[in-house]
Amino acid sequence: MSAGTEGKAGAVKGRTTVERTSDREVTVTRTINGPARLVFEAFTKAELFRQWWVPRSMGMTLLSCELDARVGGKYRLVFDHSPEPMAFFGTYVEVDPPRRLAWSNDEGGDGGSVTTVTFEDDGGRTRLVLRERYPSKEALDAAGTGAVDAMGETFEQLDELLVTLGERPAR
Amino acid sequence: MTARLDAAFAALSDPTRRGVLERLGRSDASISDLADKFAMTLTGMKKHVGVLEQAGLVTTRKVGRVRTCQLGPRRLEEETAWLERYRQRWDERFDALDAVVEELTRKEKSDERRNRR
Repeated sequence: MSAGTEGKAGAVKGRTTVERTSDREVTVTRTINGPARLVFEAFTKAELFRQWWVPRSMGMTLLSCELDARVGGKYRLVFDHSPEPMAFFGTYVEVDPPRRLAWSNDEGGDGGSVTTVTFEDDGGRTRLVLRERYPSKEALDAAGTGAVDAMGETFEQLDELLVTLGERPAR
Repeated sequence: MTARLDAAFAALSDPTRRGVLERLGRSDASISDLADKFAMTLTGMKKHVGVLEQAGLVTTRKVGRVRTCQLGPRRLEEETAWLERYRQRWDERFDALDAVVEELTRKEKSDERRNRR
């Protein structure tokens, strides 16, 4: 009865790929060691979801987690945060077990993204493709604190440059 | 180095070119978009973009017949760093998901064995 169920324990680092698939969409792909049916459950059942969505290394504590994974159903995650708890919430837009799941991220108001996950069975493993789509490029940049901050820096540098150069005698 | 500073200074001495940089800070744009926006000819805008490009403040790429402009190389580096931070976050999360799913799989298999007895 020792049918090779030991599997490969321990997750190998760095198997997740991220790609900016358009100026307002980021796509994350990863293969998970288990059937799509179970991976889908881990996304939609609160008691499972809370075990992985906030890995310890993130340094955040999940105070509560409510998932009503039906089309039009709501979810709400509350994190311990100072000075007051921080909530992430939204609505399930597509629920098609065990193939496809999509929800809106509404905590940010109008700039909120929609997250779509597809689960593809691949011989006992599941290929996950997760897309985060923002209403505009600006919203994506703002969410990531990436390009927008970089832009600020670029202009700061230009300002410094202008000040430095302005001190030179005019030609 | 001085030559580059001179080029940057010359590029920034013009209000239209400073406007173009601000505009590209919001999103990439084609040369004809920029020409429209600043109410000038295509040739005039090409010259301005050329000056910004030489100063390293802007890069352009041609797709088909359209030349698109974006802010210079520095911004691209920042964007790559952003993607890497984002990737690490998801990687950690999915490592944890892997552990949860493996545990579920293990449980299911041992339940099956028990039920078969």
